[in-house]
Amino acid sequence: MSTGGKNKLVLGYGTCGIAAGATAVKDALENELATGKYDAYLDIAGCMGFCFREPIVEVTDPDGRSVIYGDLSPKRVSRLLEAVAGGEVIEDWVVRRSDEPGAGEGDFLANQHRIVLRNCGNINPESIEEYISTGGYEAARKALTSMTPEELIDEVGKSGIRGRGGAGFPTGTKWGFARKAKGEQKYLVCNADEGDPGAFMDRSVLEGDPHAVIEGMIVAGYAIGATQAYIYCRAEYPLALKRLDIAIAACHEWGYLGQGIFGTDWDFDIKIKKGAGAFVCGEETALIASIEGKRGMPRPRPPFPANEGLWGKPTNINNVETLAAIPWIIANGGDRYASVGTEKSKGTKVFCLAGKVRRSGLAEVPMGYTLRQVIFDVGGGVREGKEFKAVQMGGPSGGCLPASLLDTLVDYDAITATGAIMGSGGMIVADSSTCMVDLARYFLSFTQEESCGKCVPCRIGTKRMLEILARICSGEGEPEDLERLDILAGDIKAGSLCALGGTAPNPVLTTLKYFRNEYEDHILRKKCTAGVCPALITLHIQEDICTGCGACAKICPVEAISGEKKEPHAIDADTCIRCKLCLSRCPEEAIYAE
Amino acid sequence: MDDKGCECKQRFADPDNQEPLLGILERYAGEKGALIPLLQDTQEAYGYLDEKIMRALAKGAGYQLSQVYGVATFYTQFRLEPIGEHLIRVCHGTACHVAGAELISEEISNFLGVKDGQTTPDMKFTLESVMCVGACSLSPIMIVDEDTHGKLKPANVRKVLKKYRGGNGEKEE
Repeated sequence: MSTGGKNKLVLGYGTCGIAAGATAVKDALENELATGKYDAYLDIAGCMGFCFREPIVEVTDPDGRSVIYGDLSPKRVSRLLEAVAGGEVIEDWVVRRSDEPGAGEGDFLANQHRIVLRNCGNINPESIEEYISTGGYEAARKALTSMTPEELIDEVGKSGIRGRGGAGFPTGTKWGFARKAKGEQKYLVCNADEGDPGAFMDRSVLEGDPHAVIEGMIVAGYAIGATQAYIYCRAEYPLALKRLDIAIAACHEWGYLGQGIFGTDWDFDIKIKKGAGAFVCGEETALIASIEGKRGMPRPRPPFPANEGLWGKPTNINNVETLAAIPWIIANGGDRYASVGTEKSKGTKVFCLAGKVRRSGLAEVPMGYTLRQVIFDVGGGVREGKEFKAVQMGGPSGGCLPASLLDTLVDYDAITATGAIMGSGGMIVADSSTCMVDLARYFLSFTQEESCGKCVPCRIGTKRMLEILARICSGEGEPEDLERLDILAGDIKAGSLCALGGTAPNPVLTTLKYFRNEYEDHILRKKCTAGVCPALITLHIQEDICTGCGACAKICPVEAISGEKKEPHAIDADTCIRCKLCLSRCPEEAIYAE
Repeated sequence: MDDKGCECKQRFADPDNQEPLLGILERYAGEKGALIPLLQDTQEAYGYLDEKIMRALAKGAGYQLSQVYGVATFYTQFRLEPIGEHLIRVCHGTACHVAGAELISEEISNFLGVKDGQTTPDMKFTLESVMCVGACSLSPIMIVDEDTHGKLKPANVRKVLKKYRGGNGEKEE
């Protein structure tokens, strides 16, 4: 990319970067650059994917060589700028360099295949000009000026792309239904209600490349015959909402939204609807109810939204990631997209790597990669050299897979066969310090809270399952509880209208299947081997390590820790409530749970 | 991390003052299905949804009070109680849970003497658990007002919160 003869600095300025302190780095950079001492300028971009090294700056010199630096702070800014001015590379801070792909964390990117994230981290998401400079809006222009809606639907069908929101329904087929539905007014909805805890792909795409989503919507709207569209986005994503606002306003100025767009007689406009916090609204019919201003409760289907959706009109709903891939598919052809991936899962999938994985961040890989490739080659394996225990995929609707399934392919059907789901793309890695029973309890407490209450098996069943799991975690589980969980799980799946209830038991079923020994440890041996469940652990101080600093005794809320100054301390197990505050407070790491 | 002091004392309108509500009603007049944005804007103006305000909103926008109350209690974003000067949101997404978010919440509860969803009697702090804020690589996380504090340990929670204890909602540095 041309930098205009100067050094170009691009700061990662998505939510992850800002949370890590990018604003202070931005201020410091701006102040230093304002002195005029340096032949460089600053721009911003969305998430580059390297969330684990934020705040991040990419430096591109006039020859086009780029170095990405991580872990920046205001204090490091002047050192950075001096190095840039002197043409020097600060090896210790390098995350990636273009001239040495193996340096730093280079293989994090090298092992990816970026279609949806093609612009994320590369362009300023608040500038429509930068998006256009990458060929942006050419796909929409091509679609509207030289293709018929049917040709578009064919092209998307050929690509084989399936809905990236989790269910994996073929997008081309879905568009075809909405196209054929009878009705003068049709609607398009972009589902950006990313409520799955541990998933932030949609947020990153909206923050990093909002125009890609809008362009995808223009194409989709034209293909199905919808002139009005909505983006239903979580209110918890203020930066994504702000960048969407900016992008939509720019599109109106450029004639890409509004009346007679791209010089044709086609009208198309987008309105933003802020979600108010309800996981169930990711479900299509609940989402529609929410846009209509009602409680977000699903309804029976049929009629499907394609025939009777928003305000009773034909409505097509696509996920953010799906829509962001559409311009690429139209520009490069469905066949090219379909050349990536497996037989029934085409293209790429964006994953959010989090939990105990070393490189926690945003990664896009071709379908057909193994989970091992995603977690180890891209994600760098487990943190602190610990052993891999499980990967949780698909959030509250998904499941936990053990090490023996690491060679499972990233493919809708292969993952579903394990009992987990592809889901929206959250991947949480667990190591030996994660208790699988506690993790199952955590997800059930989530779905129990988020159940809309309409279907009794979901409303009451998740509550009963949660009670049983809580009982097991507190050491009061009975051997019969495992069968009770199994029966309840079957009833909830069978008796729920929507996917929330239909998949809520998955975290329990998969942990029961793959980590049954942990349930048995809790119930029969009254042990939590991961050292997580308070009722089943005891805390000890290692005498030979304890320096007697007294930090633990000071923080203990029940005064269970005693000892002379500078002498090893001890914990009174009868008084101890196992809150583990001492464990995190100890500077010597002398306290352990067992 | 923005270091702007917030203008907490004046940030919300008094529920006896209906003027902001009238402006909001006018903004959405004639728009169908606008109940959620109406409630969102109202909460932004008043800080929470007071009963008086919900009654006035229902009447002004032509809804049954039960409809308004039904929507306000369905979505987690809406609050029916006033909040303190500083809002502490502890993330309980999966990554944060695995990283020990429960210990963080517990330590805050111990320090402030309030449980999840409660406000300290001096109206300084409101403690809230929230689902994933999407900054998983920094887990565990708490957000105080607009500032994100990541990679937290229970042991340094008190130190962070003490900064917000100063007068006039200004942080002590």
